[in-house]
Amino acid sequence: MYPFTYHRASSIEQAQALLDVSDDSKLLAGGQTLIPTLKQHLASPGALVDIGKIEALRFVRVEKASVVVGAATPHAQVAGDGKLAQKIPALAHLAGKIGDPHVRNVGTLGGSIANNDPAADYPAACLALGATIQTDKRNISADDFFTGLFETALEEHEIITEISFPVPKLAAYEKFPNPASRYALAGVFVAQTEAGVRVAVTGAGVNGVFRMTEMESALANNWSADALEGISPSADSLLSDLHGAADYRAHLVNVMAKRAVAQTC
Amino acid sequence: MTKVSMRINGEQVNADVDGAQLLAYFLRDKLNLTGTHIGCDTSQCGACVVHLNGRAVKSCTMLAAQADGADITTIEGIQKNGELHPVQRAFQQHHALQCGFCTPGMIMAAVDIIENTNDLDEHSVREQLEGNICRCTGYQNIIAAILSAAKEMRG
Ligand SMILES: Cc1cc2nc3c(=O)[nH]c(=O)nc-3n(C[C@H](O)[C@H](O)[C@H](O)COP(=O)(O)OP(=O)(O)OC[C@H]3O[C@@H](n4cnc5c(N)ncnc54)[C@H](O)[C@@H]3O)c2cc1C
Ligand code: FES
Ligand code: FES
Repeated sequence: MYPFTYHRASSIEQAQALLDVSDDSKLLAGGQTLIPTLKQHLASPGALVDIGKIEALRFVRVEKASVVVGAATPHAQVAGDGKLAQKIPALAHLAGKIGDPHVRNVGTLGGSIANNDPAADYPAACLALGATIQTDKRNISADDFFTGLFETALEEHEIITEISFPVPKLAAYEKFPNPASRYALAGVFVAQTEAGVRVAVTGAGVNGVFRMTEMESALANNWSADALEGISPSADSLLSDLHGAADYRAHLVNVMAKRAVAQTC
Repeated sequence: MTKVSMRINGEQVNADVDGAQLLAYFLRDKLNLTGTHIGCDTSQCGACVVHLNGRAVKSCTMLAAQADGADITTIEGIQKNGELHPVQRAFQQHHALQCGFCTPGMIMAAVDIIENTNDLDEHSVREQLEGNICRCTGYQNIIAAILSAAKEMRG
C-alpha cells in the first residue's frame, strides 16, 4: 500500500471536518473493498477517515412502513436482525449471501452502495425497493443514485448516513454467485411495492445495476414465473468477461428472475 | 503514526503503528504471533482469520488502527492451561489438515461458526466456510472435525 495518514472520526461532523482537510482524503468504513484496492495500488489517498466506529451510523430501525439502516452497519447485522427479517425478509436474505462470514462481519451497507460495484448485491435491493439514500447534505432516491459503473450521485466528500427501504408487499432476491468471489454474476431483486412492481438487475449490466421494465409490466399483469418466459435483457447491454459471456448472463438474468418470483408464490 | 491499544489473547497491547499497517502484519511482525497466516493478496483465502470482539474477520483486510480498542484472539490464544481447544483436538483426531497452512484460519472460523450458529449440519458448515480455502484436504475431514467439535462443545 502507498502510505497514508489514518484518522478516526467519532461523529459525522468530525468526519466531515477531517475529510475537508485535504482534497485527496477518502472515507473508510469496513475496508472490505477499499483495503484490497489499496493493496493492489489501485488507489492512493493521502488520508483515510475511518467512520466504522461511529455508533450513530450503525443501527437497524424498523418503522411502520420502512426499515432504516445506518450506513456503517455491517452486512451480518442486517442479515441477523430479526425485526428487519420480519418486515423485508428478502433484504436479510440478500445481506446473508454477500461474500463470506468474515466479509459480512466487517463490510457495510454504505460502503457497498458508495462503491457501486456492478456485481454488488445491495444496489439491486435499493433500486427494486425504491430506497432513499440520506447523506449529510440531502436525500437521494435510488433511481437517481446509481449513475454508472462504480459511479454514484455522491459529490466529493459527501457522507451517506442512512438508507431507508420502504416495506414492500412482497419481494425476493436470487443471485447466481461467481463461485470464487461470491459476487453476483447475475442477481435479480423483484418487488411488489406501493409504487408498483419493480425489478432490479445486478451483476450483469455494462453500466451497473438497472431496472428491467419489460419484466415489471409482465409481472404487473401476472405475478408468476411463467409471465417471465422469454424475457431477458439484450446481450448488447450486458457485461462480457472471463466470468461469463453476455448471452450467458442474459440467460441467467431470466432464470434468476423466475426463481425469485417463484419463491414468493 | 497512530496510537493503538487493544487486548490480544487477554493481554493489553499498546503500540504506535503506521496508518497503512495491516492487522495481520502487526500480529506477525511486531508481536511475533506468526500462527496467523497470510495466504493471498486478494482477501479470499481466510488463512489470516482472527477474532475481533468474538467474531471472525480477515486480519489481512483490516488496518491495525481499525482494531483499536478491540479484543483480539488469534490461534495462539484459544488453548487453555496448555490444553488444546476442542476444535484443535478435533482437527488432529479427524486428520483435518495436511500441509497445515490454512489451519489457523480454518480453526478460528470454525470456533466462530460453532459459537454463533444454531442448527449446525454439514450443509451449513460448508456454507459458513465460504471464506476459507484449503488446497490439500478436499474439506471432507475439516467438516467432520467441526461437526464433531460442535457436538463436544455443546455437550
Ligand atoms: C472476498 C470478498 C467477497 C465479497 N463478496 C461480495 C459479494 O458477494 N457481494 C457484494 O455485494 N459485495 C461483496 N464484497 C464487497 C463487500 O460487500 C464490501 O464490504 C462492500 O462492497 C464495501 O463496504 P465497506 O464497508 O467494506 O467499504 P469500504 O471498503 O470501507 O469503502 C468502499 C468505498 O465506499 C466509500 N464509503 C464507505 N462508506 C461511505 C459512506 N458512508 N458514505 C460515502 N462513501 C463511503 C469509501 O470511501 C470507499 O470508496 C466482497 C468483498 C470481499 C473482500
Ligand atoms: S491472507 Fe488470504 S484472506 Fe487474508
Ligand atoms: S491443509 Fe494445506 S491448505 Fe489446507
